[in-house]
Amino acid sequence: MDLTSVLILAGLGAFHGLNPAMGWLFAVALGLQERSRAAVLRALPPIVLGHAGSVLITLALVSVARLAAPPRLISYGVAALVCGFGVWRLVRRRHPRWVGMKVTRWQLAGWSFLMATAHGAGLMVLPITLHAGHGAASLASQSLLATAIHTLSMLATITALAVIVYERLGVAVLRKAWFNLDLVWAVALIGAGASAALT
Amino acid sequence: MALVQPDPTFYPSAREAMLAPREELAYVALLDTAGDGRPDGLATIDLSDGSIVNVHDMSVPGDELHHFGWNVCSAALCPYAPHPHVERRYLVVPGLRSSRIYIFDVKDDPWHPRLVKTIEPETIFAKTGYSRPHTVHCGTDAIYVSALGNVDGDTPGGVFTLDHDTFEPKGRWEADRGTQKLHYDFWWHLGHDTMITSEWGTPNQIEAGPSLELLVGREYGHKLHLWDLTKRRHLQEIDLGDQHQMTLELRPAHDPTKTYGFVNTVINVEDLSANIFTWYLEDGVWKALKTITIPAEPAPADLLPEPLKQFGAVPPLVSDISLTLDDRTLLVSCWGTGELKAYDVSDPFAPRETGSVRLGGIARRDAHPAAPERALNGGPQMVEASRDGRRVYFTNSLYRSWDDVFYPDGISGWMAKVDIADDGSISLDPGFFVDFAADGRRAHQIRLQGGDSSSDSYCFP
Repeated sequence: MDLTSVLILAGLGAFHGLNPAMGWLFAVALGLQERSRAAVLRALPPIVLGHAGSVLITLALVSVARLAAPPRLISYGVAALVCGFGVWRLVRRRHPRWVGMKVTRWQLAGWSFLMATAHGAGLMVLPITLHAGHGAASLASQSLLATAIHTLSMLATITALAVIVYERLGVAVLRKAWFNLDLVWAVALIGAGASAALT
Repeated sequence: MALVQPDPTFYPSAREAMLAPREELAYVALLDTAGDGRPDGLATIDLSDGSIVNVHDMSVPGDELHHFGWNVCSAALCPYAPHPHVERRYLVVPGLRSSRIYIFDVKDDPWHPRLVKTIEPETIFAKTGYSRPHTVHCGTDAIYVSALGNVDGDTPGGVFTLDHDTFEPKGRWEADRGTQKLHYDFWWHLGHDTMITSEWGTPNQIEAGPSLELLVGREYGHKLHLWDLTKRRHLQEIDLGDQHQMTLELRPAHDPTKTYGFVNTVINVEDLSANIFTWYLEDGVWKALKTITIPAEPAPADLLPEPLKQFGAVPPLVSDISLTLDDRTLLVSCWGTGELKAYDVSDPFAPRETGSVRLGGIARRDAHPAAPERALNGGPQMVEASRDGRRVYFTNSLYRSWDDVFYPDGISGWMAKVDIADDGSISLDPGFFVDFAADGRRAHQIRLQGGDSSSDSYCFP
């Protein structure tokens, strides 16, 4: 995996982490509910694990497909899937509803998995991993490595954001700073899909 | 169209919502008095001078508009199901008698709401099995609407949801209703995933007017029900005692970390008093404690309507309450005695009366300073506090067939305002009096522009 890929993976991790809907805001809310910074920090690992699980499953499924189908077909298939999902995100705005404010760690991880999957987090990462890796072992290690880089970057971002908002800024910052990332997100998906077809 | 930044009327917490700009206009439901073919209306009031700017007549007569609400509100910022870029622009207006729901768009011209959709009664019957929609609350994942009964006007009443985007009824909310049958109001403690519901009576029990027989038989509602908001399951009921007939408006603390709230019971059949209970969570069990008793007031029989003559007293008939966003002041409407009371409820178990104004009333007919010569009928009823907790607006009509029993001369609609001082005392704004006499219809629910103290719920303390 080259440096560009690593940087893109890390950048996408930060981009996903930045989105309040991906978990840091939930962690802050749980902390405020219990009036405890420890509760903020406790919420972060399940959120990150759920997100990572969603990305890893997406990459793993495509890796399996790559073992069975010719590369061009995979490239175009992935391009169509990712672009299509981006377009769908443009026209539909739906959020999974599963839990409330009283959550166990597993529910939190499950919620994060659903949110990441519904937003196509794994799909956005997918095109970066398409051109390297051959054979089952190589593909598996690449999927794991890509997920790890993406996840570490996301973890760093949501930890920083959750702590800063909890300790310093307060949630009032949301009123101005919660930009609608849906459009950017959809465009990023379409761009990622296009890059899969063109490279 | 989705916004780039969150709707400016959404606030993460009630604390921050108190910093919201002052409201400039109010929407008020107007009920046709005579029931002779004139439709109900939705009035827009200029709050700077109390002028009636616009009245939109409904499409057909006979709706009996009640507690309308917004399509979305601050609950959209809740972290587990966020949709902060949806606009607060639609009023969801239910007809309690007709079971019809109107959707108004107030974005382009807030002074002149535009009717954009009508959900016909048949649709609500078919999709939910309920009828008589009453209260609307914007939830974290849908618009929630309470319904007083089933399609036959009997039990069970309950809650159904409307889709946030299409306003289509999605069906009954309850997965397991346990012992709950009667229904009236509902709200929630979002921080604790708990819904609470109250009881009035079935449509068949109330539509013809209050029944002395049912009251004496203690057959109107007297319980609260607690629900798991995410699993949609009944958790427990609290019986406030069957002498306390009709448990109505639910006002949970706006701070989501708090686990208490207030509910009014309209009449105690043993002494005609009205009462406020504080519900609270203790060791995992929800309980309730009577914290305010407002006694009946003696009055000469010749001033009283038929059903009250035998008692020689006016029951306070507390019909609505409102809690300011700082969870500090509880406003209590005594529709029978014609009094609006204010209590400091900083200690929810020891409310302290801090203010009172008199207007109308079954026996007193107190006048407003703006029209000191005119005896008013009706009394403080639907009450709504501004987000900053400084101003309180109220109207005087309850429910047509019940109005006519307690105010047989026929309620003439009005809307008034009090200011809340730092010490919690209240005083009538002598310059604010909206007189609906010329229109002829009766004023009911008030909604303030951008949100008020009963329109929004919050996930952050």
